[in-house]
Amino acid sequence: MSTPVGTPRLEAASERANRRRGLLLALPSYVYLIVLFAIPLVFVGVYSFASRSRTGKPELADWNLDAVAKLLDSTVLQIAWRSTWLALLNTVLCLLVAYPFAYYIATRRERVRNMLLLLVMIPFWTNFLVRTYAWRVLLDSDGLVTRLGEGLGLWGSMLFSAPAVFLGLLYGFLPFMVLPLYAAIERVDWSLVEAARDLYASGWKAFRRVTLPLTRPGIIAGSILVFIPSLGAYVTPDILGGAKTTLLGNYIVGQFLAARNWPVGSAVSMAILIVMLIATTVYFRSGGRTF
Amino acid sequence: MTTRRAAARSLPGGRRPLVQRVLALNAWAVYAFFYLPIFILMFFSFNAGRFVTIWEGFSLDWYRVMFANEPLMKALRTSVVVAIVSTIVATVLGTAAALALERYRRWLGKRTFDALLYLPVIIPDVTMAVMLLIFFATVDLNRGLNTIILSHVAFNISFVSIVVRARIAQMDATLEEAAADLYASRWQAFRRVTLPLIMPGVLGGALLAFTLSLDDVVITQFVQGPGTSTLPVFVFGLIKRQVTPEINAVSTLMLVASMVLVFGSLLLQRRR
Repeated sequence: MSTPVGTPRLEAASERANRRRGLLLALPSYVYLIVLFAIPLVFVGVYSFASRSRTGKPELADWNLDAVAKLLDSTVLQIAWRSTWLALLNTVLCLLVAYPFAYYIATRRERVRNMLLLLVMIPFWTNFLVRTYAWRVLLDSDGLVTRLGEGLGLWGSMLFSAPAVFLGLLYGFLPFMVLPLYAAIERVDWSLVEAARDLYASGWKAFRRVTLPLTRPGIIAGSILVFIPSLGAYVTPDILGGAKTTLLGNYIVGQFLAARNWPVGSAVSMAILIVMLIATTVYFRSGGRTF
Repeated sequence: MTTRRAAARSLPGGRRPLVQRVLALNAWAVYAFFYLPIFILMFFSFNAGRFVTIWEGFSLDWYRVMFANEPLMKALRTSVVVAIVSTIVATVLGTAAALALERYRRWLGKRTFDALLYLPVIIPDVTMAVMLLIFFATVDLNRGLNTIILSHVAFNISFVSIVVRARIAQMDATLEEAAADLYASRWQAFRRVTLPLIMPGVLGGALLAFTLSLDDVVITQFVQGPGTSTLPVFVFGLIKRQVTPEINAVSTLMLVASMVLVFGSLLLQRRR
């Protein structure tokens, strides 16, 4: 970047000017994110130790561990457990469906590939609420999926149950898994796979020892992009689930908008945030850099 | 050609057509899974009856009902205002942030800023909603249109900067140096060289921000004030009360809008 100049002192001055310009360019968004992201984040942490007051706005004066202790309450633990296994199950199933799917797209001819990719982009960009609503209608007591299940004698109406929430999560987050996997598989250097085959590796072995490790950043990125929003899901369980399928997202919203117990809602939010930070740290440690 | 053959060979039993056939079958099943629910949803918005599952003939009645629904139209207008304002602000701030990170080395607090910029992308919606609600309540800011816009900008800056950064990374830095060598001022070099080159990324980021703003339910629901619902929040409330083809009609409108935005963004990004 810096123009070559005669003396070291001038060079140092131009370097300093460059640093100043970088900071100046970033400054507006830096300040914005500190005020509307970093400070609110600290507030949630602080409110986890506040006490509940009648107006809904917590008292900070006599701080305590009541809300944090509530995390170990059997109701909360049960909801956390349900959310975690639903999110894990969803991540695994998304991976199992999306890997062969992304593999298929990535190994087509270029023109076909672009077309197939466009067909994935559309559901990816489509309004999440609308896509969840589509399943609300299909799973209703006289919905098409229910009638199909009844015709086959296999299932009845799943609405307001765990399977419905699970279907909604799978439908909602599958595109988030496909795109990073596609990006990873498309970048694979196939000559390496060919080399493995030339050295008499079976197709399965070549896949397991070459393709799979090469696409690992995509697998991890996709898993994070599915796991984190599934863990905090709110819209899907609210529309497709019932009282018995409350997830962490619904619980938090309930604490804020209905029960008016902000400290407990804050404590649970912080817990999710910590899980998220651990998950992403693992991702960055394992060599991935961008989503 | 060899790539494809190698690719076909790299799966278990790859040379056998059976594996290829299973892969193709899986792909079409996924596409059906993606699209059938959406198509059925759109189909029933043209239903003459008042059910969303039993077809009673074609009509545009529900679209008429939708356009006559004043609160719904007000929510739509709020959504559009919020999306436009938050997109413009986030695009300017996000582009400047992307330039600072990609074009300038080692300025004070760069690494912290980089991390701070990533967080809104990976944080769950509910957590961000809680953070902003607590913040606005603590600083005693009246909730309404302004708090919705402030919140949307907060999550959109990050998305814009990611898209723009990807574009800058692909760009040839020597072009800017050439402009400087030809005695262009910094501003001229930016205006005549850098900006036109990163424009597809900037517009792509802006469209992403616009879409995200139009889609958001959770954060808006937390930071809205009385009478300032956006369209998705309003529709969310409708869905919880009862299901009518009117919701299908609104959904179809939103689906068509997202599809137009996808095509727009792809066309922009294809331009070199």
